[in-house]
Amino acid sequence: MEFWYAFVNQFIPFAWASHEFMKNALLAVLLVGPMFAIMGTMVVNNKMAFYSDTIGHSSLTGIAIGVLLGFQDPLWIMLIFSVVLAVAISILKLITTSSTDTVIGSVSAIMVALGIVLLSRGGGFAKFSRFLIGDILSITPGEVLLLAIALGGVLLLWSIMFNRFLLISVNQSIALSRGIPVRLVEILFCVATAIVVTISIQWVGILIINAFLILPAAAARNVTGNMMHYHIVAVLITIFSGVAGLLLSYYWATATGATIVLITALFYLATLFMKPRLA
Amino acid sequence: MVNMIETMQDNACGLCCTKLEGFGVSIGKTEILRDINIHIHCGELTALIGPNGGGKSTLLKAILGEIPHTGAIKFLDASEQKSRKPIVGYVPQRLDFDQGAPVSVMDLFAASLSTRPVCLGYSRKLRERAAASLAHVQADHLLKRRLGDLSGGEMQRVLLALALDPVPDLLLMDEPVSGVDARGKELFYQLVSNLRRQYDLSIILVSHDLDMVARYADRIVLLNQTVLCTGAPVEVLTNEKLLKAYGQIYCESTVQNQLQPNIAGGVPA
Repeated sequence: MEFWYAFVNQFIPFAWASHEFMKNALLAVLLVGPMFAIMGTMVVNNKMAFYSDTIGHSSLTGIAIGVLLGFQDPLWIMLIFSVVLAVAISILKLITTSSTDTVIGSVSAIMVALGIVLLSRGGGFAKFSRFLIGDILSITPGEVLLLAIALGGVLLLWSIMFNRFLLISVNQSIALSRGIPVRLVEILFCVATAIVVTISIQWVGILIINAFLILPAAAARNVTGNMMHYHIVAVLITIFSGVAGLLLSYYWATATGATIVLITALFYLATLFMKPRLA
Repeated sequence: MVNMIETMQDNACGLCCTKLEGFGVSIGKTEILRDINIHIHCGELTALIGPNGGGKSTLLKAILGEIPHTGAIKFLDASEQKSRKPIVGYVPQRLDFDQGAPVSVMDLFAASLSTRPVCLGYSRKLRERAAASLAHVQADHLLKRRLGDLSGGEMQRVLLALALDPVPDLLLMDEPVSGVDARGKELFYQLVSNLRRQYDLSIILVSHDLDMVARYADRIVLLNQTVLCTGAPVEVLTNEKLLKAYGQIYCESTVQNQLQPNIAGGVPA
């Protein structure tokens, strides 16, 4: 961390960068952004936007369980909860004949309701509203380290599994004919998505985390024609939006997560009109 | 290219025939296929025909392992011994995928052929291999195209090239050219027919194009929940009654008399 502070002092000699919390937040944004961009490319390819949204919303219940069990920082309980939920949704999708939309929609609504009921018991919901909006300015160096580890995990997962994820997203039968255990790999991807979303949720906010995951990839796919460009553009968009959003929220005194999402949305709109092909 | 073909032939010698014995599929309480007994030889194009809902696609997916099945599927080598797990190629009916996804043809090949993450780019060697595979089906100019930008016929040729690399022992094709124009169909069947001889492939093809099947298939299996009859195209397709009954149910006894070999399956009352 000392190295990072020295680096910022040396190369970013602006007033905003003199605050320690801004230095932490800047680093956090630079870690969360690429992680979400990379993960988001595959979430969008697999048409799993609704699923990741559900994982985000369901973390309300994860928080509630953590609080009920008496944890000050419910992150670990949230993580365990969202992984269990991810596996449960995957299995539910397999055994039920209802459409995936219906299954996921029901789970989402139930988990939000359960979370609100548990957290609002005794009228104390207000103190949890930070989870709804997210507060990246309050991130501590230890938590930044956790994000760095998560980003490392995503990069490792991508280096081992990416081609399999891609083939499954194109066609499951072809993937199967090439000896890929489709169901297992799918569950692995769902669990990874759940972990990434849950780890970042208190910094980005439950209400908007999905936009942060989906929009960069959605924008990038409008203007790219292969996987390499897709990833590069998505990562650049998140880094730019992340830094710009952080600064604007600092000067405007707005919530950082939402500001970042709005800038990403501008990218999405711009690429929509730049779209080279009308496919 | 000649070298490639030779090594492929060496590799392809492992599998000699594929046998389905007492093969059946049920989904929930619905019995979709039962008592399937088929013997598929190397170097033969076997066409599955039959009415919609007769279980043709289901049979392919069950062979692929996507759907659980009862009965046995055996891959045997020349000496009737169990061979290694065969390489299976699969060409789907149509690729049901997100048209907007920025996946190029090269991405698809690289993802299938290597473990190096496609998002980091690909090696020159891999690019050449993919181009060679595509050239085989006259599609090498499509290498950099997005999947969503391919026409129906182009997509099927790309999928065929993909299914043929590495050269499979068993090639499963589910109505590979439905929705492709007549010339495209002709080209596709010629191609498949040549490949079968070159590589000694076992091919199972689901099709509704009876005239194409008549010209290119070595054997025809009429399927509706079970195997209603099987034989050479001449035997099966020259029969007026059978053609009329296509979509109906069964081979009548007159047909059975004409078809000497392989009459399998119970005839429903």
